[in-house]
Amino acid sequence: MNMTIEIEDLSFRYAGSGRWALRNISLKIGEGEFAVFAGATGCGKSTLFKCLIGLIPQMYHGEYSGRVIVRGLDPSTTPISKMAQKVGMVFQNPDNQLFALTVENDVAFALENIGLERAEIERRVSKAFRIMGIEDLRHRSPFELSGGQKQRVAIASILALEPEILILDEPTSSLDGATAKKLLEELAEIRRKENITVLISEHRLDLVVREATRLIVMESGQIIADDEPREVLRQLLEDDYYMIELPKISRLAWALGLSGRRSIPLTKEEFIANLWGIGS
Amino acid sequence: MILLDSVWYRYPSGTVALQNVNLVINRGEIVALMGENGAGKTTLLKHLNGLFKPTSGRVEVDGVDTRTTTVASLSRKVGLVFQNPDNMFFCTTVFEEVSYALMQFGFSREEAEERAEEVLKTFDLLQYRNSSPFTLSGGEKKRLAISIVVAWMPSYIAIDEPTTGLDGWGKRRLIDLLLNLRDSERGIVLSSHDVEFVSEVATRVVLLLRGKVIADGPAVDILTDPRLLEEASLLTPQIPTLIQELKRKGLGDLNHKCLKLDEAVRCLSEIFSKTGSHFRGEGG
Repeated sequence: MNMTIEIEDLSFRYAGSGRWALRNISLKIGEGEFAVFAGATGCGKSTLFKCLIGLIPQMYHGEYSGRVIVRGLDPSTTPISKMAQKVGMVFQNPDNQLFALTVENDVAFALENIGLERAEIERRVSKAFRIMGIEDLRHRSPFELSGGQKQRVAIASILALEPEILILDEPTSSLDGATAKKLLEELAEIRRKENITVLISEHRLDLVVREATRLIVMESGQIIADDEPREVLRQLLEDDYYMIELPKISRLAWALGLSGRRSIPLTKEEFIANLWGIGS
Repeated sequence: MILLDSVWYRYPSGTVALQNVNLVINRGEIVALMGENGAGKTTLLKHLNGLFKPTSGRVEVDGVDTRTTTVASLSRKVGLVFQNPDNMFFCTTVFEEVSYALMQFGFSREEAEERAEEVLKTFDLLQYRNSSPFTLSGGEKKRLAISIVVAWMPSYIAIDEPTTGLDGWGKRRLIDLLLNLRDSERGIVLSSHDVEFVSEVATRVVLLLRGKVIADGPAVDILTDPRLLEEASLLTPQIPTLIQELKRKGLGDLNHKCLKLDEAVRCLSEIFSKTGSHFRGEGG
């Protein structure tokens, strides 16, 4: 597999803080992966994401050591505007990202900024609207939209930049369940169709983990587990790890001793398959 | 008790946010207001301490009509925790943030400091007593916001989206704290769309859709009704979804009203012990 992201022994401490936000992180992420980052608040997920686009150390100062390569570029020295064409980052609160008078202008803004031709801007904007299913919002003001609509617009404006890597920092934290589920399914679909690499941090593991190729768990600035999601869940259940919310179906299967040598179920279908497998 | 009688609320812009809401909230209950973004949950919560007054209808707190008194005196009885805790903070330290609020409510400095110390300990924030509230993480800020309100011991506590920004550990702690408050006969109202959290903590669920109450009943009834939940744009929690599927597959005498994780563990272990070590359904 081609590596899209390679991190070697990365540590970072924010200026003025006594605590290392990242401690000796080493990580490789392959092209087209869907990597879910989980961990208690303050574990370093957002800090790590900021390192991948160069906001750290270029905008946030502090003590930085180690090596990060993203698509062949070093984000610590490459201009952020150049990184942003490879790496699209969606923040937790879409309000921080939306500012224009219409949704269309919001999505087109960054494209105009990087000097694309009118026709190319139109093509990309239309495509991003289609992917996110928000064609009907095109001429609305971003500020009169619901939380779920705003989050879709924020993602569309990033997709229009056609990034090779899409990073989302808790994109569903303010969304209702049905909207959150739909958004995560859309992301999985975009990843498959466009073959982009997706990195996402999310508290609701039950919604996101079934789409994931990797589950990476962080604690106090370190990676404490990194593997195929069911394998990571097994480790966490074995350790009775309570810092993150594990899917209840997995916890139930574990408590009932249904997992045995089998993999930990993530869905009701997997749970039932495990149930029938007992003793057979 | 808090009584909402035929409450309508219209924003100055003309948007109708609440339509004929009738609701009673008692002490000793944990009531979850649920519904999609924009359903009217926050607007309803702001009526409980008189911050908003109904356009028509009335809200009474322990018999007092919210239109006849001040927000300050109602707040003594009904503590409201906002969704974004940053909106509540203005002191230079975590400790002052809690003790200041108490002194505003007439506690002596000595008593205020004693209570602040106690509540910060309960909420595991004592180590930050001299830090600025703005340096805390999202989950810690949320805990601080709740602890400020809990400190003055209101009879009712209304919390807007208590789990936003909380991780698994934060949620577990919050569940314990809320259950303790309920045991001490507080009435708790929270807005949330986190069905898994609500499943573990709420005694009652009120579903809102575009400003109307579309269902109001025991959590175990509402949260096991996929049709109702879908109408309110909510997902059915994992446990009832699984239990319904097991029932459909022929796992007999299963109480489909099972909602919490430990209930499901208990109920399924019982069935397994009755049917032998393994279950044989249609595919067994």
